[in-house]
Amino acid sequence: MPLPPPTQPEPRPVAANSGGRRVFTARGLTKVYRMGSFEVHALRGVDLDLYEGEFVVLLGPSGSGKSTLLNILGGLDVPTGGTVVYRDHTLTAATDAELTRYRREHVGFVFQFYNLMPSLTARENVELVTDIAVNPMPAAEALRLVGLTERVDHFPSQLSGGEQQRVAIARAIAKRPDVLLCDEPTGALDVKTGVLVLEAIDRVNRELGTTTVVITHNAVIAGMADRVIALSDGRIASEHRNARQIPAGELQW
Amino acid sequence: MKRLDLKLLRDLWTLKSQVLAIALVMASGVAMLIMSLSMVSSLQGTQQGYYDDYRFAQVFTRLKRAPDALAARLATIPGVAQVQTRVVVDVTLDLPGMPMPAVGRLLSLDADPRAGLNRPHLRRGRFPERYARHEALVSEAFAAAHGLGPGDQVRAIINGRLQTLHLVGVAISPEYVYQLRPGEFIPDDRRFGVFWLDRLQLASAYGLQGAFNDIALTLTREAVERDVLDALDRLTAPFGGQGAHGRSEQMSHRLLTDEFSQLRAMATIPPAIFLAVTAFLLNVVISRLVRTQREQIAVLKAFGYTTADVGLHYLKLVSVLTVIGLVLGIAAGTWLGRDMAAMYARYFRFPRLEFQLDPAVVAWSALICTGAALAGAVAAVRRAMRLPPAEGMRPEEPAHYRPLLIERLGWQRFVGRILRMILRQLERKPVSAALSVLGIALAIAIVVLGSFVRDIVDFMVDLQFYGVQRYDTSVTLVEPAASGAMAEFRQLPGVLAAEPFRTVPVRIRFGHLSRRLGLLGVPADAGLLRLLDVDWRETPLSPAGLVVSRALADLLRARPGDVVSVEVMEGQRPTLELPIVRLVEDVAGTSAYLELAVLNRLLGESGVVSGAFLRVDPAAEPGLYAALKAAPRVAVVGTKTAALAAFRELMAENLLRMRLINVIFAGIIAFGVVYNAARISLAERSRELATLRVIGFGRDEISLIFLGEIAIVTLLAIPLGLLLGYAFAALAVVALATESYRFPLVVNLSTYAFAVATVVGAALLSGLVVRRRLDRLDLLAVLKAAA
Ligand SMILES: Nc1ncnc2c1ncn2[C@@H]1O[C@H](COP(=O)(O)OP(=O)(O)O)[C@@H](O)[C@H]1O
Ligand SMILES: [Mg+2]
Repeated sequence: MPLPPPTQPEPRPVAANSGGRRVFTARGLTKVYRMGSFEVHALRGVDLDLYEGEFVVLLGPSGSGKSTLLNILGGLDVPTGGTVVYRDHTLTAATDAELTRYRREHVGFVFQFYNLMPSLTARENVELVTDIAVNPMPAAEALRLVGLTERVDHFPSQLSGGEQQRVAIARAIAKRPDVLLCDEPTGALDVKTGVLVLEAIDRVNRELGTTTVVITHNAVIAGMADRVIALSDGRIASEHRNARQIPAGELQW
Repeated sequence: MKRLDLKLLRDLWTLKSQVLAIALVMASGVAMLIMSLSMVSSLQGTQQGYYDDYRFAQVFTRLKRAPDALAARLATIPGVAQVQTRVVVDVTLDLPGMPMPAVGRLLSLDADPRAGLNRPHLRRGRFPERYARHEALVSEAFAAAHGLGPGDQVRAIINGRLQTLHLVGVAISPEYVYQLRPGEFIPDDRRFGVFWLDRLQLASAYGLQGAFNDIALTLTREAVERDVLDALDRLTAPFGGQGAHGRSEQMSHRLLTDEFSQLRAMATIPPAIFLAVTAFLLNVVISRLVRTQREQIAVLKAFGYTTADVGLHYLKLVSVLTVIGLVLGIAAGTWLGRDMAAMYARYFRFPRLEFQLDPAVVAWSALICTGAALAGAVAAVRRAMRLPPAEGMRPEEPAHYRPLLIERLGWQRFVGRILRMILRQLERKPVSAALSVLGIALAIAIVVLGSFVRDIVDFMVDLQFYGVQRYDTSVTLVEPAASGAMAEFRQLPGVLAAEPFRTVPVRIRFGHLSRRLGLLGVPADAGLLRLLDVDWRETPLSPAGLVVSRALADLLRARPGDVVSVEVMEGQRPTLELPIVRLVEDVAGTSAYLELAVLNRLLGESGVVSGAFLRVDPAAEPGLYAALKAAPRVAVVGTKTAALAAFRELMAENLLRMRLINVIFAGIIAFGVVYNAARISLAERSRELATLRVIGFGRDEISLIFLGEIAIVTLLAIPLGLLLGYAFAALAVVALATESYRFPLVVNLSTYAFAVATVVGAALLSGLVVRRRLDRLDLLAVLKAAA
């Protein structure tokens, strides 16, 4: 699978520290799911800042609230308490229509199970999003960025898992989003394919300067990040900054 | 939106057989709607044009004899536009090869037959020459029944003398679009014909020179019909006027009106059922689609497609289906309508009858279909729109099974493992199983609805021709005669029994409502004509007053105990105040009966009869007919066998057609419902079934699990379907009732059996089709896809 160079780490366009502009400001986030008579506290008070161009990895055991947090940042879900501000938009005060617009204009999602439209080809899956985006890149370019140039007219069922996930990434970045949110993008993939996918995400983050959040429960992947945030039982358990980012190709697990 | 529409098209293609099945059910409803309503509007348009072009009169009256001078006075009645006086007589015809006497109605033709009212429309030949003796036009229906045409001859007993009519042309008339013999309610073209003769010739044959015995007139726009009728009655009373009536009591017009109302009734019930089933199927299929596309919907929303985009997406799918259903339905409806028009053209004699697709009907159909489709899809579409995007990413909860009712009751040892799997599946989705049962039940009900009319007809034939009319032949005299005539009747060849009857033209009034009819007097102990009460049981006459048909009572809004006035339009023309004693059920519509002795007494006469009902030795019939044909005082001879044959012939074709259409449509419903249920079940359970195969179950066992579900659903549907069928039949009986016809609710066992057989057959067929898919199921692919 040809993936264009480089895999050499380059300095990120914007410093991954407090020097960059703040993109997200979350304060006191809580989320309670009510299931019949009992409640599930998915988030129990999360404070979080994310900066422009940053590559953040969210770690944590299953059920610790990672997806919930990511969905709230992406405007797919609303918290039970607390506030989230995206640049100058207060997401927690937005209407459903405003959230839809926010997602359409600013956010790209990548999911664990790819979630491609089975009835559309790879290219068409990307075009499905460029159809409604404000300033999209051509579908072919998005696909090239993730290293897919050949099988673009195949249906998802004719593609391998790694290829499907790369189509999903192409779909997420084609609109030139400001933030790229990936929920266990390699969760369903073997190591080799997982690396290809991570390289694609890394490259998007690097070349487009997209603020990127990747959920994983694979601690090895954390090596790629500028910053690693660990969740546990709905709270931020720890947070650290990597002095050096390990290129995806060199990750070992 | 382009890629989203592409997805739509591909989804549609995947669903094509289900979409088509649903579209066909919808198309069936549309076809019936289009066929019936467009037929009504075509018939009405044709009728209106015909009436206008050939100046169909609006008011009619018969009288004994009035001088031509009266015509001028009639024209001065306020509201009268044009007056036409005529000579009209009924005569006995003698046709070679037909022992039974036929009735000929002779109508006078004025100097210019293309002026005046009720103008004949010439089909072939020419009009009779002025003053030409015995030249006549013959009505098309009669001519067709006997193979007659210009140049042929017909023998008629005109004023007691056998004469030969020379046919010079074949015609139709707005007055006889539907030809009925006097006193009968089923057309019999062989035994009733209309003839037009030169007025002078006809008048002189009956001593009516310078006089007339029939009036037709048209009204001005502002005229009040009621007032004109009253004025006409007053002016014609001295001349033996039999009571004027409007178009509503004109036989041909009334039967057309009845037919229209029945057609309209037919346009409501079955299409409503079809569209309800369409809505149900759409609900099932779209719900299922939304369920399987949960994640796709969530992704669309995650990437910024709006709630409205998502809703519209599924609505487009529904609208494609609706368009397919509509187009197919309109095409089928037009095709069926053309066929129906061809059939009508044989009963209703119009200059030209064409089936015209009515744009208004098409528009209505489109509206109704869209409504039905939306009603079916709206819940599922709203579910898609409401789906929270984050929620859509979470896998759906695993199917929730629980022990069966029978297991909870501890009966499981009576139920095999496979049956238990089937029942669990059904119990897990009680709503969709119930809806499938309902859908199939509706199919059964439709077949019952399309077939039970035959049972009614059989019942009514039995009732009318064997229960009510116990006589074989009825003979009506030209003039009422003394009871001595009865002795003569009894001496006719082959007569086993004879009973007198007296019929007088009357107008019965109750409050401001009135009805013209022939009041029938029969002996108190009459054995040849028996009346049936509203429960179809025999009921006697009463010396205390009138026994009337329920239809007449409804029309007058009168009930037993009410006193009505009976204005006699004959002889001394007394007005009698008589109570209604009892109601009877009479298939033929409005009628009133009185004991003969009472009637004679009230009319100030004794032993006067209008004719007789005869029971005849079948072997001697030809001799009897020959004698009756030759009897100068006999005006009309009715024979039961002939009426029965005509009736059966008329009904057989109509019923067969109706049944066939319904069977096809019901088959479509049953197939559609079963096919959809099976396909959905196959899609939802393919993994389970594939797993079973891998474990080592054989194809047949798998099929059993799968088809067993269909079988159980179908079995459950049968009793419900029969019940619904009975209910629909009851509805139809009410909807189809007109003033002239009223139907008892009868559904034979054989009809139920037929309905069940038809629908079970269709279910079996679709089961087999799906089974073939099951056999070809790629196990590996299924298991892999579900990884
Ligand atoms: N829609 C929901 N309804 C009920 N409980 C939920 C829902 N979504 C998440 N949860 C619960 O919230 C907790 C956190 O879930 P999630 O954010 O998905 O965790 P993670 O992604 O870290 O595995 C879990 O206990 C999960 O079961
Ligand atoms: Mg998660």
